[in-house]
Amino acid sequence: MATKRHLTRRAQQLASRTEHAIRLVAKPLAKYGFPWRSPTVPRGITVPEKPDTLGSNFETDWARRPLASVTRSAFTAGPMKLMTTVLARPEILGLDRLADLARLDDPPPLIFAPDHHSHLDTSVMIQAIPPAWRRDLVVAAAADYFFDKRWKATFSALALNAIPIDREATGRQSADLFRDLIDEGRSLLIYPEGGRSPDGWAQPFKGGAAYLSAKTGVAVVPVHIEGTGAIFGKGMKKPRPGRTRVIFGEPLLSLPDENTRRYNARIEAAVGRLTEESVSDYWTAARKASAGTANRLEGPSTSSWRRKWLLTERRHREISGRNSRPERSWPNLGPRQN
Amino acid sequence: MPRPGFVLDVDRSTPPMLFWHGEKFSLERLPADRSRVIYPAESFPGLTDPQAAIRDALEHPLDMEPLRALLHADMKLTICFDDASLSLPKMRRPDSRQRIIEAVLDLAAEAGVDDVHIIAALGLHRRMHDYELRHVLGGRIFDAFAPNGTLYQHDAEDPENLTVLGETDQGEVLEINKRVADSDLVVYANVNQVAMDGGWKSLVTGVASYRCLSYHHNPESLQNTRSLMDRHHSALHHSIWRLGKVLRDNGPKVFQIESTVNTDAFPSPFEFLSKREWEWTARDRMTYLATAKTLDRLPRRAARKIFHGIEAPYAMTGVHAGFTESVHERTLEDVYRQHIVEVEGQTDILTLGVPFISPYNPESIMNPILVMCMGLGYMFNMYRNKPLVREGGVIIMTHPTYRDFHPVHHPSYIDFFDEVLSDTTDPAVMSEKWEKRYAEDEWYRHLYRTGNAYHGVHPFYAWYWGAHGQQWAGKVIIVGGDPTAVRRMGFTPASTMDDAFELASDVVGRSPSITHLHVPSVLVADVK
Repeated sequence: MATKRHLTRRAQQLASRTEHAIRLVAKPLAKYGFPWRSPTVPRGITVPEKPDTLGSNFETDWARRPLASVTRSAFTAGPMKLMTTVLARPEILGLDRLADLARLDDPPPLIFAPDHHSHLDTSVMIQAIPPAWRRDLVVAAAADYFFDKRWKATFSALALNAIPIDREATGRQSADLFRDLIDEGRSLLIYPEGGRSPDGWAQPFKGGAAYLSAKTGVAVVPVHIEGTGAIFGKGMKKPRPGRTRVIFGEPLLSLPDENTRRYNARIEAAVGRLTEESVSDYWTAARKASAGTANRLEGPSTSSWRRKWLLTERRHREISGRNSRPERSWPNLGPRQN
Repeated sequence: MPRPGFVLDVDRSTPPMLFWHGEKFSLERLPADRSRVIYPAESFPGLTDPQAAIRDALEHPLDMEPLRALLHADMKLTICFDDASLSLPKMRRPDSRQRIIEAVLDLAAEAGVDDVHIIAALGLHRRMHDYELRHVLGGRIFDAFAPNGTLYQHDAEDPENLTVLGETDQGEVLEINKRVADSDLVVYANVNQVAMDGGWKSLVTGVASYRCLSYHHNPESLQNTRSLMDRHHSALHHSIWRLGKVLRDNGPKVFQIESTVNTDAFPSPFEFLSKREWEWTARDRMTYLATAKTLDRLPRRAARKIFHGIEAPYAMTGVHAGFTESVHERTLEDVYRQHIVEVEGQTDILTLGVPFISPYNPESIMNPILVMCMGLGYMFNMYRNKPLVREGGVIIMTHPTYRDFHPVHHPSYIDFFDEVLSDTTDPAVMSEKWEKRYAEDEWYRHLYRTGNAYHGVHPFYAWYWGAHGQQWAGKVIIVGGDPTAVRRMGFTPASTMDDAFELASDVVGRSPSITHLHVPSVLVADVK
């Protein structure tokens, strides 16, 4: 008991001494006013608001200069890769669908359009995208989430090469910026859903990726990411390590006379087919897609518990179904002869 | 624009020539003023969009309706494909067969076809390992079809699953896989690396029984095959085409899809192998020296592992689909355009550097019988009109010819080497005396059907493959080969190329003309 009282007294003494020291250091500054300190505003004067430099107005040109690129490469190859490997252990499939483009002397820029379940998706995608596009990849990030504070905006731009984008509509400013970047030969990672899935099922795709692709003539690569929602989904406080799978689809181009809405629906269907491919197999997914019986990416329009229930079943198939080794089938050699 | 192939007359300023020596290579200086080297054409550029080319071929086939029109929901569709003997070395992913089969499956899915089987048309070759199937077909097809048993490999010894479709006017019986015979439509996905492949040979050998294969895989046919790369002068192909006619008349509808690849066989750092020696840069020379010295010091197993791990950056140069014969003619045009090199006159001595691989040892050991098969079968047959070497001339091959056999892949080769070759090297005699015993041996049959072994009769076929070359040449010398193994095969061992020329002088005199077939890269000499 005596020891406890002694410790409390010592802590109080220490706090008092610290306070004294701070006052002592700050005292000389009190003598100095403007311009050493910020000016006071005269009464009756309204200071004009400074233009907002955050959100979609955040300037990111600096993040694509050589020094920043080198820093980013070190970050993505080091800590980010380590984190992704430890938390998500991604299995990457379907890269052969991009092999022809990757082998060109000058691979064309692409727009990668995955479904979105977690903040982890971006780091998983950066590791999964082939090096031919990874170097010049820019990430479309929600302006109201990743660029609302200066430290967050700076970190997102530097570490992920993120560009702010309005979630609700691809504004002209964002669209022009993306078009310029694509013209420079940069590829784009954009989540057409506009945000993370709230319950594990995908949300309807917004037309941003389709619009940019149609305007620039750059192909969209549908991508399905699986498992990140269970690791660090929306609303989770801390990550729960697990396995993930990234499946790349065939690059898609806007067809002649196809409007953005239809093109967007085609991209959504392609991601849906990859989702089906991941829980069943390529052939089943192809047949379901052709027959129009594929499950909707957004899940069934039923009560929330049933949606959740179905999702649990799907996840079960994702993990245990595909990864189990098929039994070896031996040819039938007929009845045994003695 | 790739430069065409050509014939180089060797003079004093010509650098030494690259020779394959199994899992090694060496530089050999050829005598000036009487030697020539045949260089293949540079690799052709690949198609810019192979996927689109395949789709176009399926929509606009030759002498058949588009594939889309042939597919309907309640049909039996069977897709067959070439096994791991093509391509050499294995092509990097995605393989042409994967591209083709995925395009076919997309159309089949659109048509609502449920009953689809995919069969590896491997004839009497060994069953492919799962990882090989994955490599050839891609993970998507393997995962979709293998677990439920609709992706499998042809079994030429399964009486329950073989059926007779008819007989040719020369009494050759066409006996093929029952599922193939009972299908409404058979689609064949092929890779044509050389002119020998494709056409009716794909199905008539790939899904046939031993009985059916024995009609054309015999010493008589192969001795009258002039050459394997010229189907119009090949007794083997004539027999196969006769059987193909029976298949066409009595069998299922066949939709053939043939693709060709360029000759870009080696990725970095081995790309210097495909260059002409005088164009080697300082870096190429350093790479050669480093590689050659390293390979000299490496254990054979490690060197083999390195070479069989190579994935060739082959690119698809053409794809045609439709009626088998029409498709194959177009494919041959594509193949010849790339491979043909015109050569004036024959030679006294033909030199061949035999590489580490042949169609019968993917991921395996190049045993002495396969050295003979590769040298006298494949490389000697790389001609049209007449052989590069004159009748009675000398063939000099370079290969270590180790007495090594892969016990899992080549069990009957071991016994063939010890038992048959010590008795005779004459194809006709061994066919008469030994073939039946090996072909019907229960243990070999069991290993072929359930393991990953070549059929018991396969070493005989490999030997017959070289029968024409063996009959044509006055003497065959193997430089650097194991003397016991070389002598067992009826050839002459030599320790150096100069020794080989000295030994050859007994047959061709003191000042013979010499022709070297430059390998790697593939060429067919059109000898005038």
